Amino acid sequence: MFLKEYIKDVYSGVKSLLIGMRRTGKYFITPREIITEQYPEFRAQLSERFRGEVVMPHDEKNEHACTGCTACELACPNGTIKIITKFDIQPDGKKKKAIDTFIYHLELCTMCNLCIVACPTDAIKMAQNFEHSVFDRNTLTKKLNNPGSKIREGIE
Amino acid sequence: MYTETEIIKDNIKAGSETDLIINIGPQHPATHGVLHLIVTLDGETIKKIEPHLGYIHRSIEKMCESLSYRQFIYVTSRMDYLSSHINNYACAMCVEKGLQVEIPRRAQFIRVLMSELTRIASHELWWGAMAMDLGAFTPFFYAFRERETINDIMEETCGARLTMNYMVPGGVMYDIHPNFQKRVKDFIQLFKSKIHEYDELVTGNIIFQNRMKGVGYISEEDAISYGCTGPVARGSGVHCDIRKLYPYELYNEVEFDEILETGGDSFARYLVRVKEMHQSIRIIEQLIDNIPEGDFQAKTKAVLKLPKGEFYTRAETARGELGVYIVSEGGATPYRIKFRSPGFSNLSALEHMAKGSKIGDLMATMGTLDLVIPDIDR
Repeated sequence: MFLKEYIKDVYSGVKSLLIGMRRTGKYFITPREIITEQYPEFRAQLSERFRGEVVMPHDEKNEHACTGCTACELACPNGTIKIITKFDIQPDGKKKKAIDTFIYHLELCTMCNLCIVACPTDAIKMAQNFEHSVFDRNTLTKKLNNPGSKIREGIE
Repeated sequence: MYTETEIIKDNIKAGSETDLIINIGPQHPATHGVLHLIVTLDGETIKKIEPHLGYIHRSIEKMCESLSYRQFIYVTSRMDYLSSHINNYACAMCVEKGLQVEIPRRAQFIRVLMSELTRIASHELWWGAMAMDLGAFTPFFYAFRERETINDIMEETCGARLTMNYMVPGGVMYDIHPNFQKRVKDFIQLFKSKIHEYDELVTGNIIFQNRMKGVGYISEEDAISYGCTGPVARGSGVHCDIRKLYPYELYNEVEFDEILETGGDSFARYLVRVKEMHQSIRIIEQLIDNIPEGDFQAKTKAVLKLPKGEFYTRAETARGELGVYIVSEGGATPYRIKFRSPGFSNLSALEHMAKGSKIGDLMATMGTLDLVIPDIDR
């Protein structure tokens, strides 16, 4: 009785190992089903919603849509965004609030997307860039508005 | 201060002279993170296990007190990062309970679909890591082949692969991507064509079965008294699925089975998780074609303020029951937040499971607990 059980165990054990080896062998002889990609040569095509970093798009006239309302600054949980505002003198002599510097700390950012959702004028968006490693930490603190840029006409 | 060396010294004092004390972790490949176990051995037999926590404590609960009700949700993705959607889901539900917002039906569908996809992704990773703990390396890649497809779906719709922050109070952040339904259907097809490989490679394997059966036994009564939830308790036959007991949102409308195994050992817990993946696929199949048209987000105020009081919700994550408890003083930030995380209670049962067994079996027991260390420490 014991011997019978023992032989049965050995038989089912060897069978289970062979079933597993057959699966491994199948992938060994069909390397087309292997999906490994070499990284620096093939880079992932990321979807347009992927959150890489916050950028501020400028048009060809070097104009952006940021009014300096600081909604993104208030929405950010980590203090990633700091907006310094100034007052522009309009041609008619009136003062108008505008951004001086839009500081973005990439090293503090967790890509939670709350600033993009909070922005009323769609002035900032997420870029699909994911290779952020640098040698100096200071280069991760970025100024998003281009030098000399100003707010687009008609955005309040 | 009670330092680590003092703990070890105390352990030496308490034991007999033949006892051997081994530190497993904080950097050990089988603990999947910075878990530190001080194991007292008599020869090869385990006499005592003392988990030593706090290596990845980030005081998430305290951090949440300084963040507004919209902001604190993203932090909870970092607790149990493998089921981050469900963590966010539970928090969003708790805030909605306070605000008494009715969320649109479309958002409910999306939320449940995302939760179940997350559950599959989490169990896939656990399956690979579990086999790796026992010395099989390739299952990890088999599991990641399918998991990567889910991650791509998440990336396309939610914008991130692991810490999505997609659930917001009132619904979801965006509408689903136009490709979403097609890609999920492709995934279901892929999953069904590949799942039999899992059984061929690991479940039926005689070496795997002999290492899992009868190892890390916990009875039904003990599982209840240690507060185990999720697949750990269901492996011992405890009826504890929150989706069945306290169905939230759509779970009382979909058909699925609660998986119960009565073995109580590591192999029973293994079977529960593998079968749960099939049930999650079943839920997704019922919902994916019937997503109703409509809003994906209810209208909420710009600054959310919960009325004075206490709010508690629970959700079934991939690891067990997650409870979110918010005390509000009526302001824009919570007064106190407490998370009842499944990993902490499941870890507390480890000593009971592994006591008296051999040190080699400790890894098999720990693997089936599916520990995520940030979930334990928070």
